[in-house]
Amino acid sequence: MQKSVVEKIKADWGTVVSLKEAFGEITFSVPRARISEFLKYLHEDSALDFDHITDLTSVDFPNEEPRFEVVYQLYSIEKNHRIRVKARVPEDDCTIDSATHIWQGANFLEREVYDMMGIVFNNHPDLRRILMTEDYDEGYPLRKDFPVEGRGWRDSFTFLDGQKQS
Amino acid sequence: MGLIDHSFETNIVTTSLDTVVNWARKSALWPMTFGLACCAIEMIATVSARYDLDRFGAGVFRASPRQSDLMIVAGTVCRKMAPVIRRIYDQMPEPRYVISMGSCATSGNIYNSYSVVQGVDRFIPVDIYVPGCPPRPEALIAGILRLQEKIMKEKVFAK
Repeated sequence: MQKSVVEKIKADWGTVVSLKEAFGEITFSVPRARISEFLKYLHEDSALDFDHITDLTSVDFPNEEPRFEVVYQLYSIEKNHRIRVKARVPEDDCTIDSATHIWQGANFLEREVYDMMGIVFNNHPDLRRILMTEDYDEGYPLRKDFPVEGRGWRDSFTFLDGQKQS
Repeated sequence: MGLIDHSFETNIVTTSLDTVVNWARKSALWPMTFGLACCAIEMIATVSARYDLDRFGAGVFRASPRQSDLMIVAGTVCRKMAPVIRRIYDQMPEPRYVISMGSCATSGNIYNSYSVVQGVDRFIPVDIYVPGCPPRPEALIAGILRLQEKIMKEKVFAK
């Protein structure tokens, strides 16, 4: 079953995508410029039918270029097969196309990636921070060069201004 | 009760006004329902049938800070939650008390991270610290009893 998925994607995409198989899981790496097209294909092709986005996360490789990697975990409820898709994002142009127009469920996941890693999703309907407060301005906490203790925000109680602590 | 104890009819005791007021306050500590993390589960257990916090007059958990005397900060305090906790504390009528329940509320515990406040006492005053991760119901009860002892030592009228 997984074999037919691999064969089909290979036949349709050729050398644009690269395959890695490990522990019975299949992973395709895609150039960032074609991620939207590739995801749309996975979603709409009737033989593949990836109708569910299980997760969307990102990884920071501080010593590699491009630095970031966005990871999509997809699942077909109808066909019961899974796939992992990866796309690298460079630090100086930290953007990638949004998947919200393909799966609505990607909305909050992309907001979380934006909040924690600072990757901007093009054409996202509402790209705001989701976990940190909206006025948070110390950067992106899950980047590897971010100090674990933060940059002082946790100890700054601005709401106490003009109030004595009693 | 002192020398004049038996000078009156039966059913009359002599005491100080402070003692009466403090006794009334400590015997009806109404805590606020305020659980932040897993410590809240132990707090719930403390109120439930097996440990029955009502035995000490502190079982009437209120959903509003305006009806509460005691805030039990039960769990990890995130920085995002801090202004909310402070506002709730400000809304409580005096006299008001705070118990910091568990290691997280007391010191941040292992969560030395960008989002976790390293102790709730950084922005509200705390009366009693209950250690544990999470503290067992017995520990929370001990904390409340210690708070009651503290309340009994307060000076209300004689300053």
